[in-house]
Amino acid sequence: MPLLDALPLAASASNLLAAREQMAFTLGFHIVLSCLGVALPATIMVANYLALKRDDADAMELARRWSKAMAVTFAVGAVTGTVLSFEFGLLWPQFEHRFGSVFGIAFAIEGIFFFLEAIFLAIYIYGWKRLSPWAHFWSGMPMVITGIGGAFSVVAANSWMNQPQGFTLNAAGKVVDVEPLKVLINPATGYEVPHMILAAYMVVGFLVASIYAVGMLKGRRDRLHRLGLLIPLTIGLIATPIQLFVGDTAARAVADHQPAKFAGMECIQETGGHQTEYVGGICTDDGVKAAIPIPDLDSFLVGFSPDTKVVGLKQIPADERPPANTLLHLAFDTMVGIGSALLLLGLWLAWSWWKKRDIPQTPWFLRAVAISGAGAILALWCGWIVTEVGRQPWIVQGYMRTEEAVTEASGIWFSFGLVLLVYAVLGGVAIAVLRGMSRRWREQGAEPEAEGPYAPQAEATS
Amino acid sequence: MSAADGAAAILWVGATFYALFGGADFGGGFWDLIAGGAERGERPRALIQRSLTPVWEANHVWLIFVLVVLWTAFGPAFSAIFSTLYVPLALAALGIVLRGAGFAFRKSIEGLSGRRAAGATFAISSVLTPFFMGTVVGAIAAGNVPAAGNGDAFSTWIQPLPLLIGAMFVATGAYLAGVFLVGDARRAGDEELERYFELRALGAAVVAGALAVAGLFALHSEAHYVYARLVDQGLPLVILSLLCGVALLAVLLRGGRRPLRPLAAGAVVAVIWGWAVAQFPYLLPTSLRIDQAAAPDATMTIVFIVFAVAAVLVLPSLALLYSLGQKDLLGE
Repeated sequence: MPLLDALPLAASASNLLAAREQMAFTLGFHIVLSCLGVALPATIMVANYLALKRDDADAMELARRWSKAMAVTFAVGAVTGTVLSFEFGLLWPQFEHRFGSVFGIAFAIEGIFFFLEAIFLAIYIYGWKRLSPWAHFWSGMPMVITGIGGAFSVVAANSWMNQPQGFTLNAAGKVVDVEPLKVLINPATGYEVPHMILAAYMVVGFLVASIYAVGMLKGRRDRLHRLGLLIPLTIGLIATPIQLFVGDTAARAVADHQPAKFAGMECIQETGGHQTEYVGGICTDDGVKAAIPIPDLDSFLVGFSPDTKVVGLKQIPADERPPANTLLHLAFDTMVGIGSALLLLGLWLAWSWWKKRDIPQTPWFLRAVAISGAGAILALWCGWIVTEVGRQPWIVQGYMRTEEAVTEASGIWFSFGLVLLVYAVLGGVAIAVLRGMSRRWREQGAEPEAEGPYAPQAEATS
Repeated sequence: MSAADGAAAILWVGATFYALFGGADFGGGFWDLIAGGAERGERPRALIQRSLTPVWEANHVWLIFVLVVLWTAFGPAFSAIFSTLYVPLALAALGIVLRGAGFAFRKSIEGLSGRRAAGATFAISSVLTPFFMGTVVGAIAAGNVPAAGNGDAFSTWIQPLPLLIGAMFVATGAYLAGVFLVGDARRAGDEELERYFELRALGAAVVAGALAVAGLFALHSEAHYVYARLVDQGLPLVILSLLCGVALLAVLLRGGRRPLRPLAAGAVVAVIWGWAVAQFPYLLPTSLRIDQAAAPDATMTIVFIVFAVAAVLVLPSLALLYSLGQKDLLGE
């Protein structure tokens, strides 16, 4: 009998792991594409604007190429985003059962932004040839706003999972009243939302710049490559210092709002003042091994004084501590480390530009830019690991455990395996398609569009 | 009408748009699938691609809209449906990924074999996705989804009615796409393609009609509640759908140049709202009523505001997109 009793529990524990793995993987895949949806439009619009204002054919060619690439990434992003919508029901049906009426509010708003983005993206991408240049430019501008609005909505929903408020439960645990504004503007919205929007601009800025840096390292030193490097890199480098400030604010707020998450990401065991900041290392019950310790710094960062008291994991009930502390800690350190490195990259460029109005001439600068795109994506993933793994064991902090939300359906491991396979092919083909487009552009120059993307109306209609 | 009924109506409006436009996009994939070899199918495939390219993503958003409104306004219904019908829903999600990616990749991939593989992925998943979505709708109508969720993973939808509705979804999409493509071919001045799709729209209309009649018999034996209301309160809508269908057949048979699209759309819209009337007041007949699954009023207010904003911002934007497309101002 005890064995039989344990069976459903074992099945659900196994489901929980499989469902979390699948959610993490599909979210990690989609989030890179959603960064492109949020911030690539603005990057394209900058190039398009410069092209129109200065009659710059290179900038126009960049805007045109980036928009063609966006057609591919947006399509893949639209379908992988749909998968996430399905997964809310397929993996976490009890979450929507209980909290759909609260959690869904932000997503309902997001629906409008996604709709408008899909519509104006189509008009912009397919309007190159037949719309007048400025009408075409303005048809693209709504994408910039919808990207930011969409990011706000989705991240506000996630903020709510971290800092739930704005609802009333009855004795049976059912949501009986909702205050939508409190749901949308919860304590975490103020730092999570700007943190993610800036992250999107950094990912896009450094990713696009890194593609042109690779080209320049291969000897393609034409003006097109220079512009293709400088426009996105400037966007990424402007976002970086703001991001470090927002991130620092966010970490302090997490220490205040979610002490268990903070203790996990900083490997703090005992509550108290004078906490050591550990850089790197492995978290154990007896403290951090193989780390670089900086005495008092953690307390100082949290409260600007070495006496600041910080909660340790041992004060948190054992069944409410986040799992995988070493992973959390290393993810947090990696994110901060990459962000700081990108800041240095920006200072390097700024110095060189101030001195001689040019990028640094050493190939090491281009090499650094070439890896900055991958670095920004890695930092993005690390940030989400900290946010999501750090919230565990809760799906709604303090109200619902992830294990209560998970589906009872069978075959989740199978579906996870299938997802891995399909997404591997999807990602591989998408990269191959984008590389193929890039090679064709290089080989043909601007030839297929020799009459210019904006053919005279008479010619276009003939 | 209560707030919950209003939200249910919004859900159905979203489903209607998705059925018309998303359904037609799947139908385009169906005609692509059976267009024949690379050479023979080149021209119809080119027309399908031109028609779908600028609009399919925007049309797809209606599905997101429906899902989000369902889980926001009626979380318990969403949960019950997804924890029971997870097999066809997961297969539909897989189909959505393959359809969208296959379509996007086909245009930009290099080499005929790669293009063929992407095209086949797009076309096959364009048939499977609406089929599985139809089985979900059929299983709900048949009352196979328990309000508490976690119904049987297979016997709830592997039944005559859900399978028939699945087939009907495929046929209806094909019929809508056929009619839409007749208009696109006409605009392109391609009389041969116009006849090509007229013939196919006619065939699909006959098949969809036959499946609808078979569906009525299956409803009679498997979905007593829905059947009884469909032939009572829903009867005017059933007749309207029938009239639209017959009128469309007559126009197609006589090769007339009358507008086909309103008739084609009318036949489909009438069926969807007939289903709504027949299910009322249940979301899951007969275990979960609309009011039992409803979110608190404040959430419904947000749903109404979102719908109103969508009506003011999204519908005119969609109209702009479609009209630019119809004036051939959008292209690659």
